Amino acid sequence: MVDLSVSLAGVMLKNPIIPASGTFGYGREFAEIYDLDILGSFSWKGTTRDPRSGNPQPRIAETASGMLNAVGLQNPGMEAVLREELPNIARIFHGPVIANVCGFSLEEYAENCRLLEDAEQVKILEINISCPNVHAGGKNFGSDPRSAAAVTRAVRAAAKKPVFMKLSPNVSDIAEIARACEAEGADGLCLINTLLGMRIDLDARRPLLANRTGGLSGPAVFPVALRMVWDVYEAVKLPIIGCGGVDSAESAAEMLLAGASAVEVGAANLRDPWACKTIIENLPAVCRRLGVSRISDLIGGAHYG
Amino acid sequence: MKKSIFTLEQSRRLARDVWELRLAGDTSAVTAPGQFVNLQLPGKFLRRPISVCDWDERGLILLIKEAGEGTRELVRLGAGTELDVLTGLGNGFDLTKAPEGAVLAGGGVGIAPLYGLARRMLEAGERPLAVLGFRSREEAFYLEEFAALGLEVRAATEDGSLGTKGFVTDVLKGLPGGLYVMACGPAPMLKAVSALPQTAGGQFSFEARMACGFGACVGCTVETKRGLRRVCRDGPVFQKEEILW
Repeated sequence: MVDLSVSLAGVMLKNPIIPASGTFGYGREFAEIYDLDILGSFSWKGTTRDPRSGNPQPRIAETASGMLNAVGLQNPGMEAVLREELPNIARIFHGPVIANVCGFSLEEYAENCRLLEDAEQVKILEINISCPNVHAGGKNFGSDPRSAAAVTRAVRAAAKKPVFMKLSPNVSDIAEIARACEAEGADGLCLINTLLGMRIDLDARRPLLANRTGGLSGPAVFPVALRMVWDVYEAVKLPIIGCGGVDSAESAAEMLLAGASAVEVGAANLRDPWACKTIIENLPAVCRRLGVSRISDLIGGAHYG
Repeated sequence: MKKSIFTLEQSRRLARDVWELRLAGDTSAVTAPGQFVNLQLPGKFLRRPISVCDWDERGLILLIKEAGEGTRELVRLGAGTELDVLTGLGNGFDLTKAPEGAVLAGGGVGIAPLYGLARRMLEAGERPLAVLGFRSREEAFYLEEFAALGLEVRAATEDGSLGTKGFVTDVLKGLPGGLYVMACGPAPMLKAVSALPQTAGGQFSFEARMACGFGACVGCTVETKRGLRRVCRDGPVFQKEEILW
């Protein structure tokens, strides 16, 4: 019997697999096809205070080993999520929920955290300072250490729940951003969000996405995400949720060995809606192959020996 | 939604860039004409959403237009190739909402779901007129298949090489008013059909660039009179009165 449980800032997960924000909605579509209680947790769709309709079409483009999206944080707004989605989540999932929290100002981030205070099932706030699709040129609070620190300070003051800052890979030194978040009292980090990219429609000679640029995800980004998790693990003491291109139990184990305490699975859910289920089912065999009886023994393992 | 392995039985060229694929597999999740399937192709990350042309208990017929690298490879796969397919996606045409005398209007490869729809309308005792539009005679296909079902077919071609010269709207204009149209084709065609004074109501099937095809990523969201709707999950067929053109 392999122990798959892991801990994120004191929150126990039955296994390290978490569907990533933006690929799992609020769980409804997946609850129709498998029992969500097999999941360690799930990170709901990035939610802003006010409803957002997102970017114009087209919002999706394919790439080699991955995809670009420029959805632009379409969501029904925090109050509608608390009123309509949270009670439904309680019916379809009984584990700890990660709330992905977005904002366009420090006040909005703080207010969203306060609104989530009474949501008992929400155990971790994942503060999205890294969506590349809502500001011209992909700039956001996660683009520089000072603004990342400012958001961390604001949410730390507003929230009692653990706050995990979701970091952008579109920076020159992600470890510096991670240290800035740690210094302001973040309880953990989640990395990486998508990489800023684009495609051009050859016949139209125009950008394929209406937003011009989009966020790259899928197996194409896995080595980049893994390297950043490695660097951040060396730079800070905080627990890390590794995210980016994971599509198998093996790649999830690589993330743990690089230093992640848990793993988010994103684009893989869109290609194969049963991806997380398959990964979880295959984790014990990978642990046996690696000779560990507790999966948590893998965390950071590649840094030693 | 169901995921299963289908076996390609036959790939047949119908026109310059349109092919008919026959696939054997579990179709139990397909419940209405106008639904689509999402095919995984070797070496491609995203699946390819393809409208179901027709189905029975042992397989599917898909009409595929070569639009890019993925579909170009798909239509050239050999018989016996196994494909991972998500079936039963989207809401199709709703026959219960269609009054007697409904007309089918399709453009290009958009005629595909109208074939399965026509077959089920005939089973229900309806005999709809099918108006099918193409660029030219060389690019026309499936006219005999529609006619063989036992319904009246009228063609329109942009160059006039077959049937009425012009678009499907040029045929519809000649019909009496108060039409209820079940349509599938390029967005400008759907818009033109909807805007005709003859068109009183109908159901329109839309295309979109999709990632998941089952509602999770909201990549294909469109604005409608009833708010934001996902083409993949809430469509691809929408009622005329809810569409914002």
